[in-house]
Amino acid sequence: MLSKGLIIAFTFGYLALLFAIAFFSEQSAKKGKSYATNPYIYALSLAVYCTAWTYYGSVGRAATNGLEFLTIYIGPSLIAPLWWVIMRKIIRISKVQRISSIADFISSRYGKNITLGGVVTLFCLIGIIPYTSIQIKAVATSFDILQYAAPPIQNFQVPFYQDTAFYLALGLAFFTVLFGTRDAEATAKHEGMVMAIAFESLFKLLAFLVVGVFVTYFVYDGFKDIFDQASLRNLDHLFTLQGDNGPSEWFWMSMLSMMAILFLPRQFQMAVMENSDEKHLDKAIWLFPVYLLLINVFVFPIALGGLVHFSDANVDADTYVLALPIAYNQNWLAIFVYLGGFSAATSMIIVSTISLSNMVSNNLIIPVLLLNEKLKSRLQNELGEKVIWIRRTTIFLIILFAYIYYREVSEKFSLVSIGLISFVAIAQFTPAILGGIFWKNGARLGALWGIVAGFGVWFFTLVVPTIVTAGYLPESLMTEGLFGISVLKPYSLFGMENMSYVTHGLFFSLSLNVLLYVLISLFTEQTSKEHNQALVFVDIFKYSTTLDSSIIWKGQAYLPDLKALLHNFIGEEKTESVFQQYIKQSEKPFNQSNYADPELVNYCERILSGVIGSASARIMVGSVVKEEEISMEEVLGILRETQELKFLNLQFKQKSKELKKASEKLREMNETLRLNDMLKDEFISTVTHEMKTPITSIRAFSEILLDEDLPEKDKKRFLNIIIEETKRMSRLIDQVLDLERFDSGRQKLNLENTDVKILILQAADSMLQVFKEKGLKFYIQLDIDELALTLDEDRIKQVVLNLLSNASKFAKSKVVLEAKLSEEKQLLVRVKDDGKGVPEEETPFIFDKFFQAKNQTSKKPIGSGLGLAISKKIIEYHGGNIHVERKGNMTCFEFSLPINEDVQNKITYPIDHD
Amino acid sequence: MKAKAKSQYLWGLFFLGLFLLNYPLLSLYNIPEKWMGMPVLFLFFFAFWALIIVLTYWVIKKTDSKNNAE
Repeated sequence: MLSKGLIIAFTFGYLALLFAIAFFSEQSAKKGKSYATNPYIYALSLAVYCTAWTYYGSVGRAATNGLEFLTIYIGPSLIAPLWWVIMRKIIRISKVQRISSIADFISSRYGKNITLGGVVTLFCLIGIIPYTSIQIKAVATSFDILQYAAPPIQNFQVPFYQDTAFYLALGLAFFTVLFGTRDAEATAKHEGMVMAIAFESLFKLLAFLVVGVFVTYFVYDGFKDIFDQASLRNLDHLFTLQGDNGPSEWFWMSMLSMMAILFLPRQFQMAVMENSDEKHLDKAIWLFPVYLLLINVFVFPIALGGLVHFSDANVDADTYVLALPIAYNQNWLAIFVYLGGFSAATSMIIVSTISLSNMVSNNLIIPVLLLNEKLKSRLQNELGEKVIWIRRTTIFLIILFAYIYYREVSEKFSLVSIGLISFVAIAQFTPAILGGIFWKNGARLGALWGIVAGFGVWFFTLVVPTIVTAGYLPESLMTEGLFGISVLKPYSLFGMENMSYVTHGLFFSLSLNVLLYVLISLFTEQTSKEHNQALVFVDIFKYSTTLDSSIIWKGQAYLPDLKALLHNFIGEEKTESVFQQYIKQSEKPFNQSNYADPELVNYCERILSGVIGSASARIMVGSVVKEEEISMEEVLGILRETQELKFLNLQFKQKSKELKKASEKLREMNETLRLNDMLKDEFISTVTHEMKTPITSIRAFSEILLDEDLPEKDKKRFLNIIIEETKRMSRLIDQVLDLERFDSGRQKLNLENTDVKILILQAADSMLQVFKEKGLKFYIQLDIDELALTLDEDRIKQVVLNLLSNASKFAKSKVVLEAKLSEEKQLLVRVKDDGKGVPEEETPFIFDKFFQAKNQTSKKPIGSGLGLAISKKIIEYHGGNIHVERKGNMTCFEFSLPINEDVQNKITYPIDHD
Repeated sequence: MKAKAKSQYLWGLFFLGLFLLNYPLLSLYNIPEKWMGMPVLFLFFFAFWALIIVLTYWVIKKTDSKNNAE
């Protein structure tokens, strides 16, 4: 067989490779290139789930129970999709609260309680150390098989200093200390360790697949051949689930493995603590099940192959993976497979001890030290560096304990049985954690008593029997029950039979655990601190952004005290940078006074939590802060307010935006209204003024006429004037009414097909007399042929007449009337006169009501001042345009009317009153 | 496929897996027979297992990881 020296060389060579991988990953991470921050590495590192139990033990289990071993891997695959719901929440909570382990998580959820953290840590130790010891056992056994081609019997007579396993354990402890306790901060990422674990996961998968392919396709002739050979040797019963492996067994085992994948300390370490991005879960959710599927494909064939091959020899089924290559003299393959098993065992040992050492230091040792006032005041200033040393010592002690346990107890049990017992221990944390993140009423006492009682039952039903088997307790305990009470037999409580001992233990311990957790939670009141944490945990996705301000704290801290505290734990440099970061984050000037505000106190507490755990951090911060106890109502009130305020603030912002828009609109409308109002006032005053002039003259002449001595000739003259003035008044009123109708949109056009040429000529004709009287020359120039347009004949005539009469009033010597077609298919009508024209600055207003009137202060008004305003309205009603300009030395009023289009369509009534 | 309902789809997959790979459905393929030389139970375990993984992969691909499953 292979020489011992060669195997040792390969083993330590492999360890050296791990050191190298870890070292270089850390170096490159320092330079800013992190390989570990990668979803594939993350998924691979989760495969720390597959230990020596998977590697060697599954085959052993399959050789006796058939496919039942698969529950341990199907369970995690089934729960994997829910990582998105459960794990993501736990990861978020842990990041925000700077939680460093599963004990810290539970303690933090239930009011940063020291007792609970300590209890969880203790139970983790009790549950995990045997599990770690079987890894050492697996390594030692495989080492010996490789060396002697048979498991040694006399191994334990060798003193430990001659035992290779002892040195391997020391090597592992050294590796763990080196790459697992770099930083006092327990929440810090261990880049090097993660990369080494990912490598180990890949290595063990590869090794197992290689041996699987070797057994299936080289020793045998494919899957079919193996199954046929097995059938020939009457191994058919392994092809189905039979006997003990009934429905409840299958179901409970699946449940057990689901809880294990979520809450085993090493899984928690890899999945939560070492997670750098929640999105990595996306890949892990399907990649990790793929890994599990691959590593299990060949388990059953190898088991059957081993059974067939070693049918008469006495070979432990746990060692088939290694025994088969050796039996076929494949020494190099055997070494490769041995290293695969070694990697499976070491990855579990490394990660478990790191997480356990964090728990022991942060949830067991430091809180105990701090509880003692004397020790606290003495250690306070040097605790920072002590933390790391506590952890390093713990790692060595844990591995040493595991080694001792392996020497004393483990040899008597199979890999799987001890692994399953550990799983049941860890399952006791499930109610407290799941209840903690989904149920706000889950209370501290409930969690504590649930866990303690669950552990009690676990110990009695699963651990006591192993102690009996090991010979430390009388056999009668198993057959007659505790104190001879028959309902208290460890394997059949209350006479419950037909269950495997693992399922039996799981069922009773977990049932009692859940029952106590729920009942006690329902009947106890949470303290304010506890309730605060409960709300934050359950509603983490709401609170994670407003955390510091939403946490309740009524107290004041002296700033230098707080700084000194942080300084002790994370060093001067880091303290400064942490404070700088806080100032940057909070975006408010640093309080100049020497007192830290509650937000800063919370921030410091969380920083400290990352180093010494939440419960210890609470004690430390509490020692420098004068804290006032606050009532439950206040906690609830403030939390609710924070949320409501946030919500209201959002609503308020939206509302004020809308309001701003609305008020802008209102302002505009108001402006228009005000303008209109002003115009109306102006209009009324002008109209009344216009009316007053004729009325005054009518009244004056009427009074004169009352005088009877007046000659008949004068009487007649005065009466004529009165008639003229009355006419002027009624014209004015007509125009005002006209304008009002146009303005309000009530004016309707009387549209008819009209010959434009005739219309213009008729209008010109009626003015001829006027021009003659005034001695003006009048030219008409019509460049249009027969043109029929749909328009209101009278109204358009009114416009032409109005323009002509205006021209007649202002012209010096001549008036020109032009009509032609423009290029844009419009009829253009121009009226020009050689008067002095409209001043440049007044052209924009010339079509306004009473514009002219307003500016005729000295002379008697020539017109009402409404003519042009009405003309403009008429033209606009026809879809046309009117304007004034100076052409050469003549004033030119021009209006246009559209030809092609139906005028009807062009008509726009400003407001529809019908 | 609604991108926002990611967690609902994943819950659905969890229950589908629990249904396919558990009693009582499991008893239907827990039979002492061989198809193509392979035990039926062995075939079904790995087939359903692979199916769940493929479906999970598909759901993850089709949904948006930015949406929170709150």
